[in-house]
Amino acid sequence: MLEALEGSMAIAKAVTRCRPEVVAAYPITPQTHIVENISKLVADGQLKTELVSVESEFSAASVVLGAAAAGARAYTASSSQGILLMAEVLFNISGMRIPMVLTCANRAIGAPINIWNDQSDSMAVRDSGWIQIYCADNQEAVDSTIQAYRITERTELPVMVCMDGFVLTHTYEPVDIPDQDLVDSYLPPFEFKRALDPMNPKSLGTMVGPDFFPEIRHSHHQAMVRSMSEIEAADADWQNLTGRQCGGLLSVDGPEDADLGILCIGSAINTLHAAREEHPELRPAKLIKLRCYRPFPAAALCEACRGLKDLVVVERAFSPGLGGIIGTEVRAALAAGDGPMPRIVNYTIGLGGRDIPIELYPQLIESLDSAHDGAFKIFDVELEKLAEEDR
Amino acid sequence: MIEIRIHGRGGQGNVVAAYILAGAAFNAGRYCQAFPAFGAERRGAPVVAFVRIHDSPIRRRSQVRSPDYLIVQDEHLLHDPTLTAGLKPGGGCLVNSNLSSEDLSEMYGVAMTALPAGQMSMAMMGRAVPNVPLLSAFLTLTELMPLDALKKAMGERFKGTVLEKNILLVDEAAQRVPAGAWKEISLARSA
Repeated sequence: MLEALEGSMAIAKAVTRCRPEVVAAYPITPQTHIVENISKLVADGQLKTELVSVESEFSAASVVLGAAAAGARAYTASSSQGILLMAEVLFNISGMRIPMVLTCANRAIGAPINIWNDQSDSMAVRDSGWIQIYCADNQEAVDSTIQAYRITERTELPVMVCMDGFVLTHTYEPVDIPDQDLVDSYLPPFEFKRALDPMNPKSLGTMVGPDFFPEIRHSHHQAMVRSMSEIEAADADWQNLTGRQCGGLLSVDGPEDADLGILCIGSAINTLHAAREEHPELRPAKLIKLRCYRPFPAAALCEACRGLKDLVVVERAFSPGLGGIIGTEVRAALAAGDGPMPRIVNYTIGLGGRDIPIELYPQLIESLDSAHDGAFKIFDVELEKLAEEDR
Repeated sequence: MIEIRIHGRGGQGNVVAAYILAGAAFNAGRYCQAFPAFGAERRGAPVVAFVRIHDSPIRRRSQVRSPDYLIVQDEHLLHDPTLTAGLKPGGGCLVNSNLSSEDLSEMYGVAMTALPAGQMSMAMMGRAVPNVPLLSAFLTLTELMPLDALKKAMGERFKGTVLEKNILLVDEAAQRVPAGAWKEISLARSA
C-alpha cells in the first residue's frame, strides 16, 4: 500500500523489514535522518536490533564488520567524508567477503565543504570490491535495499545502495513499504557459513603473502562478475512478488529505432525522462539507466548501445585530470564489444548539489551539433564566475 | 501539474509545511513530491521548499523555478525581488503579513494575499509558527483539496494539544481568506 514518506524514513522502514540484528552508524548530513528514524523505530519497539552508538564512521563500519563476521545481519549508512573515513574498513569487509548492506546517501566531498548531492563519495570507493547499486527514486531505494540483503547473502559480497542525498533522502513522496510477510518470504534468515564461532575457532583477515594474494583477488573479481546474475535474479524475483522491478543491471527506455542514447546514473534519470516528454520535438533518445555500477555490466551495456550513433554519458562525479569516470568505463566497454562505436560525449552535471533543470535536456542534445567524440566537460559550469586564467 | 514554492526562515517550519501540504495531497488521492533546498541549516537563515501535486507519478526532481503559487512565511524576504520573479503569470502569492492584501501588493508591485499567520499562531500557540494557517488559507483559496486532507496530514505529524490547536488554526485561517478565489488558476494548472 502506498504511503507518503520522506526518503530517509522509507529507507529506515525498509531496513526494519529486513530484520537486521546489528545496526551501527554515525550521523552525517544527508544520511542523518536514516539513522534518526532507525533509532526511533528501535525506541518505538518496531525494530528489534542491537543499535550500537559509535564515535565515528570508522567505528560504525568496524562494528558491522565484526557483527556480520559473527553471523549477524548488519546494516550501516553514511555519506561523503563519512564514506572516506570508512574506506579502510570497506576494503576489509569486502576482502573478507563479509555480507552486509550500506546505504550511501550520496554527497559531495570537501574541500570546499559542501553538504549537497553529487556522487563523488561512492565513486571514491568504486574499487573497494563492494557491489554498488544506484537508485532512481525512493521506491527503487526501498526495493533495492531489500534486494541488497538477498544479493549480499548469496554472493558474500557487501552491497552499497547509493541514493542521491537530499534529492532522494529528503524528498517526501509516495512509496510502498512491502509487508513483513512478503519480505520474510523473499529474504530467508541469514546463515553465514563462515561465521566466527568460539566453539569452532577460525580466523578471518589473516595475512596473505605473495603466494596467494593474486588468487584471492582473482576469486573476488570472479565473484563480482558472477554476482551480476544474482543481481538480475534478485530483481526478477522481486518483480514476481511485488509487480515492481528496478531495472536489473541497467534498463533502456525509449524508441527502439532511436540512434541517440543518454546514459545516466541515480535520480537524474527521472528528470531527463520528464524533460524528454516535455520536448517531443527534439531528436528521439533512448534513456539508459545504469543501476548496477559495480560489477560493471559491460555486456548488457554493449547490448543497450547497439545501433546508437551518439551516446551522451551524464554523471555526477569526475576524476580531476582525467574527466568522466563512468564515461571512460563506458568507452572501454564498448571498444571491447563487437559492435560499431558510437560517438561518445561525457558530461558531469549537478556537482555539489547544483540543480538539474528540465532546460538542461535540450542543451545536452544541442551540444551534439559541435561536440567531438571523446569530449568531456562539467556541463553546467558557469565559467564567467572564474578568473580568466582558471577557465 | 501544480508547483508550489515555500519561502521562509529556518525555524518557521518550511520543510514541515511542504511535507504536510504534500501529505494532504496524497490523502486527497493525488501524487505528490516535496523537498527542501537547504542552505546551511540554521535558525533565521532563508530556506526554500518545493511541492508538486499531480494526477500521475512525478518524475522530475529539479527545483521549482516557475511556481504556480508562492507561500511566503516571512514578509521581509520579499525585499529580494528575485523571490517573486519566477511566479507564473496569473499565479498566486500568499504572504504572512499583518498588512492588508492591498497595501502589501502595492508595496511590492505584485498581487498578493496577506494573512497575519504569525500573529494568529502566536495568539493560539504562544509561538509565531505561521505555516499551518498559511496552508489552510492556501487550500481555501485554491480549493485544491478539502481541509480534512490537511488535518489528516497534520495528524500524522502532530499530537495532543499541538494538534488540537493547529486544527483550530486551520478553521480560523479558512475564515479569513476568500474561499475559491484562486480556484480558476488551480483548475487551469491541473488540466
